[in-house]
Amino acid sequence: MNGFFDIPSDLQHSWLGLVGLHLREALLPVLAGLLISLPLAQLCVRFRWLYPPVLWITTVLYAIPSLAFFVLLIDYTGQTELTVMIPLTVYSLVVLVPSIVDGVRSVPQETLAAATAMGFGPVRRYVQVQLPIAVPAIIAGLRVATVSSISLVSVGTLIGNQGALGNLLNDANIYNRPELAVNAVLTMAALAIICDALLVVLRLLLTPWMPRRAHTKPKADRPDPAALALEDAAR
Amino acid sequence: MIRIDSVTKRYPDGTVAVDRLSLEIPDRSITVLVGPSGCGKTTTLRMINRMVEPSEGTILLDGKDILQQPVNTLRRSMGYVIQNAGLFQHRTIVDNIATVPRMLGWGKDKARARARELMERVGLDAALARRYPYQLSGGQQQRVGVARALAADPPVLLMDEPFSAVDPVVRKGLQDELLRIQEELGKTIVFVTHDIDEAVKIGTMVAVMRTGGKLAQFAPPAELLSDPADAFVEDFLGADRGIRRLSFFPSAGLDLLTTPIVAIDSTAEQIAARDTDDVPYLLVTDLDGRPLGWCEPRDLTAGAVEAEQLLPYGRPFVAGTDSLRAALDCAVLSPTGWAVAVDAEGRAAGVVSQQTIGEAIRGAHAEGRKTDKTDKTARVAR
Repeated sequence: MNGFFDIPSDLQHSWLGLVGLHLREALLPVLAGLLISLPLAQLCVRFRWLYPPVLWITTVLYAIPSLAFFVLLIDYTGQTELTVMIPLTVYSLVVLVPSIVDGVRSVPQETLAAATAMGFGPVRRYVQVQLPIAVPAIIAGLRVATVSSISLVSVGTLIGNQGALGNLLNDANIYNRPELAVNAVLTMAALAIICDALLVVLRLLLTPWMPRRAHTKPKADRPDPAALALEDAAR
Repeated sequence: MIRIDSVTKRYPDGTVAVDRLSLEIPDRSITVLVGPSGCGKTTTLRMINRMVEPSEGTILLDGKDILQQPVNTLRRSMGYVIQNAGLFQHRTIVDNIATVPRMLGWGKDKARARARELMERVGLDAALARRYPYQLSGGQQQRVGVARALAADPPVLLMDEPFSAVDPVVRKGLQDELLRIQEELGKTIVFVTHDIDEAVKIGTMVAVMRTGGKLAQFAPPAELLSDPADAFVEDFLGADRGIRRLSFFPSAGLDLLTTPIVAIDSTAEQIAARDTDDVPYLLVTDLDGRPLGWCEPRDLTAGAVEAEQLLPYGRPFVAGTDSLRAALDCAVLSPTGWAVAVDAEGRAAGVVSQQTIGEAIRGAHAEGRKTDKTDKTARVAR
C-alpha cells in the first residue's frame, strides 16, 4: 500500500482533500488581497503622492521571508491556516496594487473627459468605466498572484502541517517515500497551470471588446508568472 | 442662448488661461472658437459644462447662471464630442450611443432604438451596432462620438477639436455631415478648432482667440476674411484669405456661354455654327453631354476626334451651387483659361472666362461693402 496517491495518515486527508485544502489556502489570500488592493489602488490613483510610499511598503513586506512572518504571527493566530494565509495575502499586494493602478491609469484621457462631460459622477465613472477597462491589467496581476500563492502555500508545512500539498514534502522525507515529493510538486504545478488557464478564460469572457491580437502580446513590464513562482519556491 | 460674461480663468500657479472673455453664442447655429494652442479655447468650452470652473465672471444658459444648476444635470443637457471620440472601448457601439439616455432612466430597448436611429442619422451602417470601438475606423468612431452626444437630444452641443485626429479626406466628410445634421436638427453648437479653414467652413460665427485667452475678433466668417480686426487675426487667417473669401460668393450670377459646346458626333455644319469669335476654343462633350475636353476649332473634324487630342478642362464647377472660388479655381486650372460649368448630373451647362469671373468678383465686393455698411448701422442701432 505504498502507491503514488496513498497519503500517510498523519496528514488526515486524502489526495483530493489535500488538493481542496491547498486551493483554499492559496486562493483565499488572493481574493483577500484583491479586496484590499481595489480601494488601496483607487486611493493611489486619486492621490498620486500616495502611490510611491504604498509601493515601497508592499515591496518591503514582500521581502520579509514567510518564515519570519510565521514566527511573528504564531503568537496570535497559532498553528493554523490563518497563519499561512495572512502572509500570502500581504505578498499578493505587491503584484495586485501596481497592476490595478496601471490598469486604471491606462484609461485614455479622452474617455475620462467624455465620461465626465456626459455627467458621470466619480463613483459611477470608476465602477462603469475605469474598472471595466482595467480588467485585463487586473487579471494579469491576479494570474501572477495566484500562481505564486499556490507555490507558497507549501511553506506552511513548517508550522505543524499547514502546508496542504506541501506537507507531502515533509512526509516524503520522514517516511522515505520520494514519490510523495514528486506527487506534491506535480500536483502543485498542475493546479497552478489550471488556475492560470481559468483566469485567462475569465479574461476572455469579460473582455469581448479587446482586439484579438492583443491576447498574444506579451506584457513586457510584468514578470512571467512561472519564473516568479520558481523564485518563490526557493523561499 | 449661451452668454459668457467677462469670464476669467486663472490657475493657482498664476497662469491666465482665459482673460475677461465675453461672448454671446447665438441659438441654433455653429459658433467656432479658433486660435493657436494656449489661447484658452478648450478651457472656454469646458467652462460651459463646468468641467472647468471660472475664476471670475458668469456664464448664463438661457438667462440662468450655470453655477446654480446641478452639475451632472447640466452636463447631461449638453452633448460633448471630443478629439479621438473618447468612446467607451468596453461597450458596443449601440451601448456607447445609448449611454446618456440610460443615465436619464430610459429603458434599455427604448435607448437602443434611439441609438440605432442616431446611427442612421450620422451615416453609420446599422451592421456596426453590435461591434466594439476597436473594430471601427477613426472616422467611424468620430461619427459614433457625434451620435452619442446627440442621443438625449440636448439643445447644446460642445465639440472639442472633434475632427483634428482624422485624415483630411475623412475630415471633410465629417464636416459636411455635421453641416447636414445641423441643418436638420438646428442645435446650438460650440465648436473648438485650431484649424482656421475648418472654422471658416462650418462656423456661423467665428471667435478668434489669441494666446493669453483674449478675444481677438468675433464675426461671421465672411467678415473675418474681408475685415480682419488686427494684424494677429490677419496673420492667423493666412496668405490666401482673398481667395478663400470667394467661397462666400455664389456663382449663380455668372453669365455662362453655351454656344461653344459641341457633341463629339457633331457634323461639320454644326461645328461651324458653334465656332464664334467670342471663344477661341470649342468644348467637346460625349453623347450624354458630359465634357470631354477643349479643342481648337480648326483641329476639329466631324466624327474624327480622339479623346487624347483634347486639352484638359481642369475640374468643372457646378453652376449655381458652387461658389465663385470653385469657378475661379476651375478657370485657373484649365489651360485655355475658361472654366466649365456643369449641372448636377455632370452635363456641360456652359463655359465662362477668367475675365467674366473677375468681373463677378468685383461685383460681389461692391455688394459685400454695401451689406457690411448696413450691417454695421444695424448693429449701432441695436
